[in-house]
Amino acid sequence: MKKTLTPKERMAIERVKMPEQDPRHRIGNFEEVNQGLTEEQAIREAQRCLLCKNRPCVAGCPVRVRIPEFLAALAEGNLPEAARILLADNTLPAVCGRVCPQETQCEQVCVRAAKGAPVAVGYLERFVADWALTHPDKVHKEDRPEPTGKKVAIVGSGPAGLTMAGELARKGHAVTLFEALHETGGVLRYGIPEFRLPKHIVDTEVARLQDLGVEIECNVVVGKTVTLAELREEFDAVFVGNGAGLPVMLNIDGENLKGVYSANEYLTRVNLMAAWRNDHPTPIIRGKRVAVIGGGNTAMDAVRTSKRLGADRSIIVYRRTEAEMPARIEEIHHAKEEGIEFILLAAPLEILGNETGWVKGLRCQRMELGEPDASGRCRPVAIEGETFELEVDVVVNAIGTRANPLLTATAPDLKLNKWGNIETDEHGATNLAGVFAGGDIVRGGATVILAMGDGKSAATAIDAFLKQKG
Amino acid sequence: MFEVLQNDTLAPNVHRMVIRAPRIAKARQPGQFVIVHPEADGERIPLTIGDADPQAGTITLFIQAVGASTLKIVSTPVGGSLRDVAGPLGKPTEIENWGRVACVGGGLGTAVLYPLAKALAKAGNEVTTIIGGRAKPYIILAEELAACSTELLIATEDGSMGRQGFVTHVLQELIDDPDRRPHAVFAIGPVPMMRAVAEVTRPPGIKTIVSLNPIMIDGTGMCGGCRVKVGEETKFACVDGPEFDGHLVDFGLLMDRLTMYRDSEAKLMADLPEELRDKIIKVKR
Repeated sequence: MKKTLTPKERMAIERVKMPEQDPRHRIGNFEEVNQGLTEEQAIREAQRCLLCKNRPCVAGCPVRVRIPEFLAALAEGNLPEAARILLADNTLPAVCGRVCPQETQCEQVCVRAAKGAPVAVGYLERFVADWALTHPDKVHKEDRPEPTGKKVAIVGSGPAGLTMAGELARKGHAVTLFEALHETGGVLRYGIPEFRLPKHIVDTEVARLQDLGVEIECNVVVGKTVTLAELREEFDAVFVGNGAGLPVMLNIDGENLKGVYSANEYLTRVNLMAAWRNDHPTPIIRGKRVAVIGGGNTAMDAVRTSKRLGADRSIIVYRRTEAEMPARIEEIHHAKEEGIEFILLAAPLEILGNETGWVKGLRCQRMELGEPDASGRCRPVAIEGETFELEVDVVVNAIGTRANPLLTATAPDLKLNKWGNIETDEHGATNLAGVFAGGDIVRGGATVILAMGDGKSAATAIDAFLKQKG
Repeated sequence: MFEVLQNDTLAPNVHRMVIRAPRIAKARQPGQFVIVHPEADGERIPLTIGDADPQAGTITLFIQAVGASTLKIVSTPVGGSLRDVAGPLGKPTEIENWGRVACVGGGLGTAVLYPLAKALAKAGNEVTTIIGGRAKPYIILAEELAACSTELLIATEDGSMGRQGFVTHVLQELIDDPDRRPHAVFAIGPVPMMRAVAEVTRPPGIKTIVSLNPIMIDGTGMCGGCRVKVGEETKFACVDGPEFDGHLVDFGLLMDRLTMYRDSEAKLMADLPEELRDKIIKVKR
């Protein structure tokens, strides 16, 4: 093994390129686009880290992974140690290594970004996490902590809930995860497609939590099957991480035509219900010309899915420009490689139907950018009189989601904001004693890693609450 | 897993199944439904909860095998289990004392009607129940409904039981009789039947509640696949319903959206073993 590299030697190494499935092939399958680094590539990339004193990457990570430490172990080829550090800090590293927007977090603040390319932290996180999944015998076995006798209910098994479950189980609390659907994972299961996050990864990460003693009960719709009040009676604390599972509708004519989907429905059919597999009974309309409205990651997932389901034309319709798109740069880049068309500065006006009630087109309004709005992005303004029609047979609405009121409707004491999101303090505490919340039910539509960050910080708060409770 | 404790055939391909589901049994109120996902690779099927016994921790479902997935459910033997049952979902029926009500059921809708009729009777209503079907073998729960109704009227298309004709004819007579005229009507059955009932009650302005069963996945408001138009508004049947004002529902749109996957369903049926396929087709006509 090579002895410690000098900074100059480290600076001389070029950033690794992620091996990818060829775009021409991958639009015909649902296999992962990013193929993962080889061990050699990973070690070399890890050696690019300068192990700088300020460690801005750690502060840039919502779950505060000790990035320089795990990279240092990896750079030395000490994979068990790299895995030990990573797994201790991040409950779902194989997920984060795939879906986190590192370019706006750890990698954005990497000192190497100032002069060239940042260390590929995301790729390396994925590499170490995948190595750990395939080498369970070589990974440090976590001791089960002494049980504290305290019981915590977690509502929702998405990224916030799973992170919370891992954190609390490691502190010895008895954790029960309640999931409304028939599989765990929340948006990781129903939302993010197989080609970006294979479902066996979610399965393995969840199984690791079960090894830690986390109990999982699916098919429990909190707010319906049991109420928050009932959970509060049965458990010492409750964490609500049930997501923002309510699609925002377009409210335009033609929205109820056959062939119009919310992104939630479209992706749930394909991902959770496996409509992409021919041996599954779940039906889906496989359009030949598909328009997806929106510019976020969900829109990219939906439009790239439509291509894989056999569309000749898959089109993003977005009312601003590419610069304002909330989607990750990598997703936009991959979409373009796959032949996705981008129609920018266009907003849907009406979905057109044929005489049998099926979608036949989308009428759009041309837009231009105006003054910045509250989000800091330029507001799209209609250019009067400039409209056009697209000939499509499927329309997917991916403009966003809101808080689902199922739980909160049966918890009248729980304080909400005007959009129906749960109000919390900076540690995730709600106005009800022992009730904490995080992820999209608090933030509105955000990201996997922010939800995980909420889960992690609220876990510290819940642990403190339980200790104080005595 | 949710154990099947009882599975009876009530009519050709109509089953009554009792299932162990303690949490649902405790929480359930009339008008609510569950989503049944019979096996790992199956579909999620919404089914109204016919009855529940919180003490025993059981719920009763009435299921008509109309396709591959419902056939899978009714074929689960006693002692077997269904992989997933989630609920109770949807809003409960608003049970109040209207004075005199008519409960109108068609086909499997009769089973959905049953818990409602029971609850309305319990709330002090004078309940007239009208149920209909193609022929005598398709009339279900007549005894049970008679027990909670002031009057039970039956109509069959071929006249083999009760009077010959449609439930709407019977309802019209009821409305025309000032002594029996209902103050509210609850209609549950095939979409054309519910639409016909709403047309009968519209001129006299009698409040009419219908229970809708559009295509659904999660049942929690997440996907919006079950959207229906009620008045000028788009509603999600799973969380805003399943019961709505029958005079405001756009039945044409509902029927149209129900045909969205007709091609895939036909293909699934074609893939079934022949004897099973015949079983369904015979009943469906």
